[in-house]
Amino acid sequence: MKIHEFQAKSILSRFGVQVPRGEVADAPPKAREIAQRIGPKVVLKAQVHAGGRGKGGGIRVATNPEEAEDIARQMIGMILVTPQTGPEGKEVRRLLVEEALNIRRELYLGIVIDRAREAAVIMASTEGGVEIEKVAAEKPDLIFKEYVGQTTGLLGFQARRLAFKLGLEGDTHKQAVKFIAALYRAFEASDASLAEINPLVVTGQGSVLALDAKMNFDDNALPRHVDINAMRDLGEESPLEVEASKSNLNYIKLDGDVGCMVNGAGLAMATMDIIKYSGGAPANFLDIGGGVSETAVTNAFKILVSDKDVKAALINIFGGIVRCDMVAGGIVKAAREIGLKIPMVVRLEGTNVDLGKKILKESGLAFVSAPDMKTAAEKVVALVKGGN
Amino acid sequence: MSILVHENTQVVVQGITGSEGTFHVQRMKEYGTKIVAGVTPGKGGTTHLGVPVFNTVEEAVAQTGANASAIFVPPFFAAEAVMEAAEARVGVIVCITEGIPTFDMIKVKAYLGGRESALIGPNTPGIISPGKCKIGIMPGHICKRGTIGIISRSGTLTYEAIQQATKLGYGQSTAVGMGGDPIIGLKFIDFLKRFKEDEETEAVILIGEIGGTAEEEAAEYIRREFNKPVVGFIAGQTAPPGRRMGHAGAIIAGGKGTAAEKIEALKKAGVHVAISPADIGSMLKRALES
Repeated sequence: MKIHEFQAKSILSRFGVQVPRGEVADAPPKAREIAQRIGPKVVLKAQVHAGGRGKGGGIRVATNPEEAEDIARQMIGMILVTPQTGPEGKEVRRLLVEEALNIRRELYLGIVIDRAREAAVIMASTEGGVEIEKVAAEKPDLIFKEYVGQTTGLLGFQARRLAFKLGLEGDTHKQAVKFIAALYRAFEASDASLAEINPLVVTGQGSVLALDAKMNFDDNALPRHVDINAMRDLGEESPLEVEASKSNLNYIKLDGDVGCMVNGAGLAMATMDIIKYSGGAPANFLDIGGGVSETAVTNAFKILVSDKDVKAALINIFGGIVRCDMVAGGIVKAAREIGLKIPMVVRLEGTNVDLGKKILKESGLAFVSAPDMKTAAEKVVALVKGGN
Repeated sequence: MSILVHENTQVVVQGITGSEGTFHVQRMKEYGTKIVAGVTPGKGGTTHLGVPVFNTVEEAVAQTGANASAIFVPPFFAAEAVMEAAEARVGVIVCITEGIPTFDMIKVKAYLGGRESALIGPNTPGIISPGKCKIGIMPGHICKRGTIGIISRSGTLTYEAIQQATKLGYGQSTAVGMGGDPIIGLKFIDFLKRFKEDEETEAVILIGEIGGTAEEEAAEYIRREFNKPVVGFIAGQTAPPGRRMGHAGAIIAGGKGTAAEKIEALKKAGVHVAISPADIGSMLKRALES
């Protein structure tokens, strides 16, 4: 799960990570009020789930409270387009209004889980403010790493070593060591999958602060973090994906026009692949999961066909624990309820396959059946092309 | 032979009285798996589905001689269940549970270091040596006893591969799902090493997917020392980048994790890679006949 910058900063500061003074404004007069309190000079930052905000006008500086209100008026309600939002952009509903800092250096600090090492890894770099992937590709020797041992936790010397490699000295070094330790505590205690401070800044006075902050969380752990779970902003997610998550369906919208509905993540990816291989383009990833009910199948069907880009769909089910007759029942029920407006190819295999096929046939609905994945993909692609 | 589970495998089921445990214990018994014990704390001394239930794994092992475990407990308790089984020196632990937090698995892996237990999963459909033993939730009826080893990160896609092989007459020595989570027990290499030693296994099907570097590590091992034919498939060739991994995730992989890179690595290692998932069976046939 992703959260906003202001939410990440509120979590981090609870663990002792230093962040600039700031407050959230959802209306222009509020921005002025905040600037009066913490300014006069402030930075207004659009709160959307996308990086690269500066490039699209999502981060602006105001020199006094009046200007802060004017700029806030321009920003709240604007559609912000950044390299990460896609061309449709995101609506700005809130701003984080922060004190403007006197910045001397911009550094990078991030924590993720290293799958191969099975440990959290802390990464620091002198190249702050730049996308870290870019640094990794061009100047990998400027990224410093420390792996956190499960039994020891982050050791003091590891944090000190990182801070020295960043070229920090004296009191600034001490502050950075504390900062790194606090960031790791926040990361582990909140079951984060990513904590990224980019840039981490050193001010003219030698203070170390998180100018930006990004945190993502392990979805599996969210039930034990009620406070973090409550930070989920559905307004930032695709409406179809939100709808799917309510039924515990794993749905991701893609650019193509061939919809698909599959049981199991691996088979769902493989189904997208074979659509592409057969000359089509998948419109989505949709995994209905292993222990699925007839209602979930009906919901999945509805989500699939409510995507206007979908011109034909492929339903690919390999019944193991899931029974084909149950899936067929769910599909027929949904099709009767909302109509079969697009051509639909169904491939059923596995447990109770004959019963499932019988249900589809006797429904009298115009499902196209296919005996295997290859034929199914070829048929659905032909249907899309024929329809054009 | 087969790997990890055989005729003499005796299984203790952790979470036997829950709904998942109950359902799958019945399926496993029907398949012929020797379920010798169950564990549900507080229900020790009772019997469930004809199986004696114990309060602890230690007790279950001492009383019944169980040498493998199947775990069906809820996600927030599953990590502890794995450690309890390891502490009781259960040889093979199969953790079916999906949804275990990553940090819990980091703890589990640290705990397992230096112990004898082999962990399969979590978030796995389990393991089957056809005609001998099935631990987990795979549909046994699509499998057939034979000489092909199958290792996969997926569930239903594994069934697809099993069926394609079976339809062409190729049975399986052992088919195993290694689990779809980022941090898991045994990985491709651990299974390949066992398949290498297993005289019954003639060839291996390896089914990977995007993310992580387990396939690249497997490719390196295959190139270096694996001497049997390997057929590969990587799911997610059309998956969009960055949907699951955050910004900093990409840096650890050092640009690794895409399907294209995994396919390239496997091909370089001499693996017969099927680009279409429909061609896994026919690719196996070609590999065995060449």
